[in-house]
Amino acid sequence: MENKSTSRRQFLAAGILAGIAAGCSSKKNPFDKYAGDDVKASGETVKLLSVDGEIIEMDKAFLKPVPDLPTISNSEERKGINGKKFAMVIDLSRCKNVGACKTACNHAHQLSPGQNWIKVLEMQDADHTAPYWQPTTCMHCDSPPCVKVCPVDATFKRQDGIVLIDSDRCIGCRFCMAACPYSTRVFNWGEPVLEKEVAEQHYSCETSIPQKKGTVSKCDFCPDMARKGELPHCVSACPNGVYFFGDMNEDSVTNGAETFRFSDLIKDKAGYRLMEDLGTKPRVYYLPPVNRNFPFESGLENESPEDKMTH
Amino acid sequence: MENSTVLTSEQITSDLLPQKFGKRGMIWTGILLLFCAFGAFAYYRQLKYGLVVTNMRDYVSWGIYISNFVFFVAISLVGSLITAIFRLANVPWRTPLTRISEIIAVSAITFAALIIIVDMGRPERLLNLFIHGRLQSPIIWDVIVISTYFCLSLFLLYITLLPDISILINAREKLGKPFSKLYRWLASYWKGTTAQEKIRNRCITIICIVIIPVAFSIHTVTSWLFATTYRPGWDSTNFGAYFISGAFLVGAGGVVVAMYIFRRYYNLEKYITEKHFEKMGRVVVLLALLYLYFNINEYLVPAFKMKKPEEAHLTQLFAGEYAPLFWFAILVGMIIPIFIMLFKKGRKPLPMFIAGVMVVVGAWFKRYLIVTPTLLHPFLPMEDVPASYHHYFPSWEEWAIAMGSLAGVLLIITFFARVFPIISIYKTLTDKNETQQSS
Repeated sequence: MENKSTSRRQFLAAGILAGIAAGCSSKKNPFDKYAGDDVKASGETVKLLSVDGEIIEMDKAFLKPVPDLPTISNSEERKGINGKKFAMVIDLSRCKNVGACKTACNHAHQLSPGQNWIKVLEMQDADHTAPYWQPTTCMHCDSPPCVKVCPVDATFKRQDGIVLIDSDRCIGCRFCMAACPYSTRVFNWGEPVLEKEVAEQHYSCETSIPQKKGTVSKCDFCPDMARKGELPHCVSACPNGVYFFGDMNEDSVTNGAETFRFSDLIKDKAGYRLMEDLGTKPRVYYLPPVNRNFPFESGLENESPEDKMTH
Repeated sequence: MENSTVLTSEQITSDLLPQKFGKRGMIWTGILLLFCAFGAFAYYRQLKYGLVVTNMRDYVSWGIYISNFVFFVAISLVGSLITAIFRLANVPWRTPLTRISEIIAVSAITFAALIIIVDMGRPERLLNLFIHGRLQSPIIWDVIVISTYFCLSLFLLYITLLPDISILINAREKLGKPFSKLYRWLASYWKGTTAQEKIRNRCITIICIVIIPVAFSIHTVTSWLFATTYRPGWDSTNFGAYFISGAFLVGAGGVVVAMYIFRRYYNLEKYITEKHFEKMGRVVVLLALLYLYFNINEYLVPAFKMKKPEEAHLTQLFAGEYAPLFWFAILVGMIIPIFIMLFKKGRKPLPMFIAGVMVVVGAWFKRYLIVTPTLLHPFLPMEDVPASYHHYFPSWEEWAIAMGSLAGVLLIITFFARVFPIISIYKTLTDKNETQQSS
């Protein structure tokens, strides 16, 4: 949250400058778009630096922040973070369905009630094999079926490996949802339940905030956090260190407390990917549920009532 | 035509001129308008509140809108079957059927396009398809082929209509004012000269050749919307042929139903004769057998292997929640009509009409079965979602919109038959002259 407020401060500063620049270049009231607000000079002035490098003086009453300005452009967001190849490792031997990942994710991305980008699935591969808990995120496939079918390039693959959605472009045809074999995608069937402040925020594909009615959303690997050099919300929220996140170019993944060489971890623990046979080439790797930290049953108490009913 | 020799040209013209709606026509149109209005109201609610008014959710993300879309695309294929294939194959008895099938094609493909917009979460962003369109996406292929097919069908309808419109212009005192301006606007340039006639004939031949691959592609591409995914039940190389054969069947069934209704309502017994039903019956049987063949391929082969992801889907179709609907679609949509029409007695107008209705209704549910049950069987378990996501039954808004769109198709056909002759007068006259000359 701290970081959010610093970026807010940056927005404010940018907003003030933008406002002044507009004020200097035309004679019209620079705050025309706030028509209805009758701004009267307060007599209190502040000195500010204009975009031309001049120091100017302005009445404080005329200063109003532009609510939000994007820090990076849409085309930048579509390109991705230079030189990175993000990957995730999920250690199934550590998961006991605590659900902290979900809570953190849902909160950070302002998901509406009932929506989950992360689903912790109760898996049992065959009748006599052991059940286990499998947290499922977007696989950020290198050969993403969803991206192939999108008619308008609203969902796209970035050079840093992340698959994102541009909710400002999505037409809501839901072909990507049908195409995704991992059923990872979530649709905003109605108007998203958002606080006013969030709803008015400038939309960014990297934060996926605010969610938009009639568009698809899904796990985004938190690229906004990566830009700040921080871990995705699920990784830092998990009390058991199930999730590891990192950069394959650096060959390292971390859950915050422990850091591993990615290639060693995958080799030593026989990591695998889901539905390898489909050829989707996921960027999420799983470590098998062996030598578990918790018995499977300990996770049952955290099941949602709906899932309990279906068994 | 066996009876046409006894008919005079004047009688043919006056028989086939468009007629004013009678009382029954008014009631019929009124009911259709009511359905459309109700559908429009439901769509208004959907625009206001979002797709949340439907019962589609994250797993069943495509519902009856999409199955309705597939149905419309399927039934619209018939325009090319009857007109183009019969013309190129020089089938002599096609004359009274071509216009009926062409108008079914145009109206169905129009509503296919509309219903797909209804299904969109953000219909106001429709233009994104052209601004940001990606040629890799099967949806873009569908946009291209469906708009091409729409234009071709409309043009084919228009160009075969030209000489008839000029007959309508000449019959002004009989028809009165209502549409005379429209007729003149459409065809006042048409004089029927040899040169014009030659161009027209060439145009029709060219369209008839071009429209066949386009018609095949509209439904093949529509099948690829499903077959290009990994889902059990959709992931099939059989899908293109399976869809095409189903489309031919439902289209031919639709034509049989329309033939019967027009024949009765407009007293066209002399033009749409029992012979036409007899011939169409044979065609429908052949098409139903063909579709049955592809169905056996589609279900039996995966059922033989029972791969794990397919298993849940197939058992639910054969013996589970969807079994009644599945067997209904197979029996009523294919097997019973085959048995009715195999026999000469079954190829009389009334049994044919009943069989045609069965084919069309069965086909509608078949499309529903192709779309929905698959979506309820994803690869990973359905968990961490609200319990309502595990099932799908359309909401009243979805029903209203789907029924409204079906009513819309019928409404276009009804209005068309009010304004234009539903059997080509010109062609009937030419056919008559030819038979007279040859005899």
